[in-house]
Amino acid sequence: MNKVTLRVKVAQYSEIEPRIGQTIQVMDRKIALFKVTNGKVYAIDNRSPHPKGGVLSEGLVSGEYVFCPVYDWKISLVDGKVQAPDEGQVKTYKVEIEGDDIFVVLE
Amino acid sequence: MSKKRLVMIGNGMAGIRTIEEILKLGPEMFEITIFGSEPHPNYNRIQLSTVLQGDAEVSDIILNDWNWYEENKITLYTGETIVKVDTKNQRVISNEGRITPYDELIFATGSSSLMLPLPGVDKKGVTGFRDIQDTETMMEAARQYKKAVVIGGGLLGLEAARGLLNLGMKVDVVHLVGHLMERQLDPIAGEMLKQELENQGMNFLLEKKTTEIFGDERVRGLRFTDGTEVEADLVVMAIGIVPNALLASESGVRVNRGIVVNDLMQTSIPHVYAVGECAEHREVTYGLVAPLYEQAKVLAEKVCHRKVLPYEGSVTGAQLKVAGVDLFSAGEITEDATSTVIRFHNEYAGVYKKVILRDNQIVGIVMYGDTKESTRLFRLMTLKEDISNLTDMELLQPIGAEGTHSINDMPDDEMVCGCNGVSKGDIVSAIHEHSLHSVEEVKGCTNAGRSCGRCKPIIADILEHTLGEEFDSSEQKVAMCGCTPLSHDEVVDEIKEKGLTTIKETMNVLAWQNEEGCTKCRPALNYYLGMVHPEYKDDRNSRLVNEKMHANIQKDGTYSVVPRMYGGVTTAQDLIRIGQVAEKYHIPLVKMTGGQRIALMGVKKEDLTAVWKELDMPSGYAYGKTLRTVKTCVGSTFCRFGTQDSMGLGQELERMFERLDTPHKVKMSVSACPRNCSESGIKDVGVVGIDGGWEIYVGGNGGTDLRAGDLLYTVKTKEELLEITRAFLQYYRETGHYLERTSKWVERFGLDHIKEVLENEAKRVELNARLSRTLERYEEPWSKILEDDTAQNNYYGKREVLTT
Repeated sequence: MNKVTLRVKVAQYSEIEPRIGQTIQVMDRKIALFKVTNGKVYAIDNRSPHPKGGVLSEGLVSGEYVFCPVYDWKISLVDGKVQAPDEGQVKTYKVEIEGDDIFVVLE
Repeated sequence: MSKKRLVMIGNGMAGIRTIEEILKLGPEMFEITIFGSEPHPNYNRIQLSTVLQGDAEVSDIILNDWNWYEENKITLYTGETIVKVDTKNQRVISNEGRITPYDELIFATGSSSLMLPLPGVDKKGVTGFRDIQDTETMMEAARQYKKAVVIGGGLLGLEAARGLLNLGMKVDVVHLVGHLMERQLDPIAGEMLKQELENQGMNFLLEKKTTEIFGDERVRGLRFTDGTEVEADLVVMAIGIVPNALLASESGVRVNRGIVVNDLMQTSIPHVYAVGECAEHREVTYGLVAPLYEQAKVLAEKVCHRKVLPYEGSVTGAQLKVAGVDLFSAGEITEDATSTVIRFHNEYAGVYKKVILRDNQIVGIVMYGDTKESTRLFRLMTLKEDISNLTDMELLQPIGAEGTHSINDMPDDEMVCGCNGVSKGDIVSAIHEHSLHSVEEVKGCTNAGRSCGRCKPIIADILEHTLGEEFDSSEQKVAMCGCTPLSHDEVVDEIKEKGLTTIKETMNVLAWQNEEGCTKCRPALNYYLGMVHPEYKDDRNSRLVNEKMHANIQKDGTYSVVPRMYGGVTTAQDLIRIGQVAEKYHIPLVKMTGGQRIALMGVKKEDLTAVWKELDMPSGYAYGKTLRTVKTCVGSTFCRFGTQDSMGLGQELERMFERLDTPHKVKMSVSACPRNCSESGIKDVGVVGIDGGWEIYVGGNGGTDLRAGDLLYTVKTKEELLEITRAFLQYYRETGHYLERTSKWVERFGLDHIKEVLENEAKRVELNARLSRTLERYEEPWSKILEDDTAQNNYYGKREVLTT
């Protein structure tokens, strides 16, 4: 198995505002990046697992969850899990912060 | 026989309540004259803190307006102070030299803030907290200055501090004793309250005694006995009240601490009475409203020569609400060697209850955080019942099932509303007699819940118990969302009552279960806060995607852009520009909308700002809970049938209401004749021109719940039309639930009720004024975003990361 790990710098910590999702594109991969109120940063695929899809970056952020802006699914930013009664999971990415730099790790 | 002359000095709550009782007993008995030093009719002094917090205007807390005095033929002199009472010749003399003779005289002079005689107390920026003027002084200070110090950690001081905090000041509370509200709370409850208030942003300086207020002309700070100092631009003294008894004492009436009265409220001089906070009865002066109203009743019976049940003093239990915390306190507060105590303390939930017993009787109650059982316990206490057969838990918890059971146990004469003296029996018979179905109706009919509002949950329980199956709890209450058990109406009431100004504060104070709420409550709170406070700063991140982005999201993540076309009227230049933008940005679809304008569909997020810039047209708010469009027909300008200028009016309406936040979207239209080409029958507000006037239809809906609009009014002039439409929209804004269309709202309130409100000229004028104030806050969003680089980066940017 040949696994490639890619670590890319995506933003400056100080320039992103809490609770406003950012759209990141790394090659053909679309990622939604969120800083939440407690200061933590999360990165998930910018696509809702809803059968009709939809972006997540513009969703309402509450604590460590984002609500899908199109179909209102509640999704955990920590593990990507869709909250009941809906089901599904969004891919999450590891985020590393060094100084003011935010890195996202892609595999 | 000519009427007897009754003169009252003072125009406050206890005095006016006495007059109300007198008018009930003998409406024609007296010629009544009232003197009040304040330039206002009788207002609810208890609610001054809500005015301070900016939630209510002075007019909202008026209990008896000018008309009331007129209707009851009362001569009222406000802003006029009685300076001399000549008890020998039975007449009073005012500061303007007015001489008024009396047969019966009532002192209802109330009390004043106790001002410590400290050096510097006369400096600018030092005030008490007792009347409208004090409140205005404080509000004005908050506009100019940053730092306030409140002296006194009792109820009044904490209310003042909470209000000043809401007005954006930093607040220190100085208190002589080691814990807050020591007259009502024991040290444990006092500490719990302190922690809660610290979380809300208050800072406490306990066990501090002030020696000096220093500064120049205006106060700059306080110095304490331990030599420390604290800065202050405003000092509020709220350490207590003193009865206003000087005039009485100068007039030869016997005064101790207050004006001394017997059990019939008579003073030491014949035909002279005293009532309320200025009166001292059996060596006690009262400051709570319930005992004062009891006194008012006794006094009224006395002067009307009715059979009087003498006043024997009141056992007071104080049901209080301080900055969102429920408290109850009655009787003894701390235990001693002769008493025993049952105590329940849940630190996690912030609940504390203590009952003090002596000889198997309750002699004291202190409750913090949960006061549901206070009425029952207070009753056991006042009746001196033997409680030895009750277990500890039965004392502190409801007996049996909650709610209906305890209502069943409640005797008919039990007081529900202590402020206005309304018993359970009164409420039950009012429910039957007037077939009441809601708490508000009970309030309107019986006065219960009219003063402090604390008893509303019990009223709801009584309603439920009395109506049985008829009681529709869904009508009463649907929780806003899973984050709170409170209904929309309750949340709005709390926002007003507690002066909540931000979403975060609202969630904190109302104990939201999810710290940052959800997609149901965040937008709703954002709306309600903006509705209550015209100067509210919108929280963009609590709006859902379309309103947050000022564009409509489509399922593929692209957006549609709909510029404003007032009244559905455009120009060749605008059309050319729209066409050029569509080409330049490869916009896949250009569509006419149902609201007579053009949508550009499929715009990429990162192109939004550029598209707006090149269009250079205002946003059409096709995404908003606000006015969408005003659809119009051609009208008298071109159409041979048109009786009115529908395009002109439509454009005017659209310009007037564009951007206004409403509970849900609002669609309007204007047709110039009853052929109704712009479909005014299915709009939230639909106007139809007729010969010599306009018809206004409301509550129409052409969407999910198809509904024909109701004819609200037929008016003759455009001015009338605008005034009515504005008042209608504002009333919908103030009473509609978030996401409730006018079609549902009109059915919930009933057209008759809405008409009644709009027909009331005073209300209509106020609604118009509040709407005008709100409309001032809006700015065109697209051009604003174009001037704001940060917003562009935060919301419309896309970060492309190149990798090698």
